[in-house]
Amino acid sequence: MMKIVVVIKQVPARDSFLRVDPGGAWIQESDLNYEINEPDAYALEAGLQLKEKSGGEVVVVSTGPARVASTIREALAKGADRAIHIEQEDVAGAGPLATARVIASALETEKPDLILTGLQSDDFGYGQTGVILAELMGLPHATIIMNVEVNGASLRLKRELENGYFQHVEMPLPALLTMQSGSNKLRYATLMGIKKAKTKEVRTIAGVQPEGAGTSIRIERVYMPGSSKQSQIFDGPPREAAAKLVEKLKFEARVL
Amino acid sequence: MSILVVTEQRGGAWNRMSFETLAAAQQFEKPVHAAVIGTGIETLAQELAGYQLEAVHAVSHPLLEHYTADGYSLALRQLIEKVSPELVLFPHTYQVRDFAPKLATSLNRVLVSDVVARHGDVFVRQLFQGKINADIRFTGEPPFFASLQAGAWRADQTVAGSAPVVPFTPELKPEQIRVKPLDIFREAERAVDLGAAEIIVSVGRGIKEADNLPVVQKLAEVLGAEMAASRPICDNGWMPMERQVGSSGQTVAPKMYIAVGISGAIQHLVGMKGSRTIVAINRDPEAPIFEVADYGIVGDLFEVVPALIEEIRKVK
Ligand SMILES: Cc1cc2nc3c(=O)[nH]c(=O)nc-3n(C[C@H](O)[C@H](O)[C@H](O)COP(=O)(O)OP(=O)(O)OC[C@H]3O[C@@H](n4cnc5c(N)ncnc54)[C@H](O)[C@@H]3O)c2cc1C
Repeated sequence: MMKIVVVIKQVPARDSFLRVDPGGAWIQESDLNYEINEPDAYALEAGLQLKEKSGGEVVVVSTGPARVASTIREALAKGADRAIHIEQEDVAGAGPLATARVIASALETEKPDLILTGLQSDDFGYGQTGVILAELMGLPHATIIMNVEVNGASLRLKRELENGYFQHVEMPLPALLTMQSGSNKLRYATLMGIKKAKTKEVRTIAGVQPEGAGTSIRIERVYMPGSSKQSQIFDGPPREAAAKLVEKLKFEARVL
Repeated sequence: MSILVVTEQRGGAWNRMSFETLAAAQQFEKPVHAAVIGTGIETLAQELAGYQLEAVHAVSHPLLEHYTADGYSLALRQLIEKVSPELVLFPHTYQVRDFAPKLATSLNRVLVSDVVARHGDVFVRQLFQGKINADIRFTGEPPFFASLQAGAWRADQTVAGSAPVVPFTPELKPEQIRVKPLDIFREAERAVDLGAAEIIVSVGRGIKEADNLPVVQKLAEVLGAEMAASRPICDNGWMPMERQVGSSGQTVAPKMYIAVGISGAIQHLVGMKGSRTIVAINRDPEAPIFEVADYGIVGDLFEVVPALIEEIRKVK
């Protein structure tokens, strides 16, 4: 019987057309759709599969404003048992250490055997929240995990390395793992699951920033990146654009 | 501002990104210290001593023979306390992703990860998989921590010189190392060598479904090109893994690389940005792939690709 905590984040949908605020403080959020961060969906899937194999409980934890509730409900509909929503408005300015501190304090009484999270978020992409959380909670961790095997009180893991290499590692429980995308097939929520989710417990707590956050970092400005190359981009009717491109490829780049 | 560069080696072989970080540090400020970590690292330390540096710290201990996050964090923390750098720089490798946030946290600091540029006190990193840039400033007291994106600085711009090698033996106990690293392996031999292809047509998630792949395959056929793909396409099993381009797949540099429905995440770009001519087809004019493209068409691939095939047939 394992208690598994899966830390998930809600992020703007992948195909969003992003626009920067006129002041450059942040992106315009009003017309965005949101979804679960992709690697976090794989962390949830891994957690649910481990629970199905060895029994136990899957608790979902997420920080963010009220809109995050929809992503939490979806995780419950897929099979998580209960959830903790740490309500926080300014997730953008918080940075990974502050976010991890808030999560760590919410998990103090939970004492999970295993914490899973995605290896990075598609919005900020720090790739750090999980590792920082492990350090704050005094747990061993491993990152970019493709496969998890539980053997009693220890884990045998497949980690991804660069250039198509992998590595096996072993570590004791309790532990924290950050999961890579693509290692499993994601399940869909069933109608039954969606119905059941409505009765599952979601504990909402206020995200209070603990004292002594130490040095942090501040996002001063966001903006669209410029091109590093002299790109020639064609748009308009596909046929005309294609003709222009082929001419360039033949006479300028000479690759045809 | 004094800088400590943490290099990366495995089994006596460099991760070449170490030299990009070294070059960046030399451009930033002086003095620059460098650290190399492991066992049997004398030769590597000597090699570093041939660069313009304040000192090379050879961090060695039997418990550092194989990389572990615990061992590296504890050892580097002790080195940082000794050297007191104001800025600690890493190459943004998988290994750095694994231990640097832990190290920074143990000193109550935040690592600015995956930095692409620096202007004065401002570090630039990308958000939303490269769609947005952010200027970031450190607040509070040093040491500050940053990791640098692959290819953001050039390894061939390091400055030669000479530096003393200073051995450093951290205090480590076996029980402090909680993770046990085992074998390193590859899944299967690669049957396809994309490195030899002159033209590559690469497809991404914009294709939507496996059933749509023939649209792009036809383009490859008329060009006599090899097919490749972004990671999600291979994860889904729509194309074999051996055709994946990027940091966890192959690195290619053909005469022409045509990216169809690929957004241009950095993990994809590192595998193809050395291509001579890069063409991108994407319906999002802000897709990061256009930043590295020589030519591009903004539009729906299901309209653009058939039109392109027709135009190519005319000139071939
Ligand atoms: C540790 C790590 C390692 C990784 N290794 C790799 C790797 O080796 N290789 C790799 O590729 N990725 C890798 N990734 C994943 C990478 O971060 C991206 O998630 C991935 O490259 C995105 O693939 P994509 O561009 O196909 O999909 P998306 O990012 O979803 O982009 C799809 C694109 O298609 C466009 N589009 C949609 N519909 C159409 C249409 N009808 N017409 C035209 N365009 C359309 C969209 O505008 C979008 O730009 C790795 C990630 C991590 C964290």
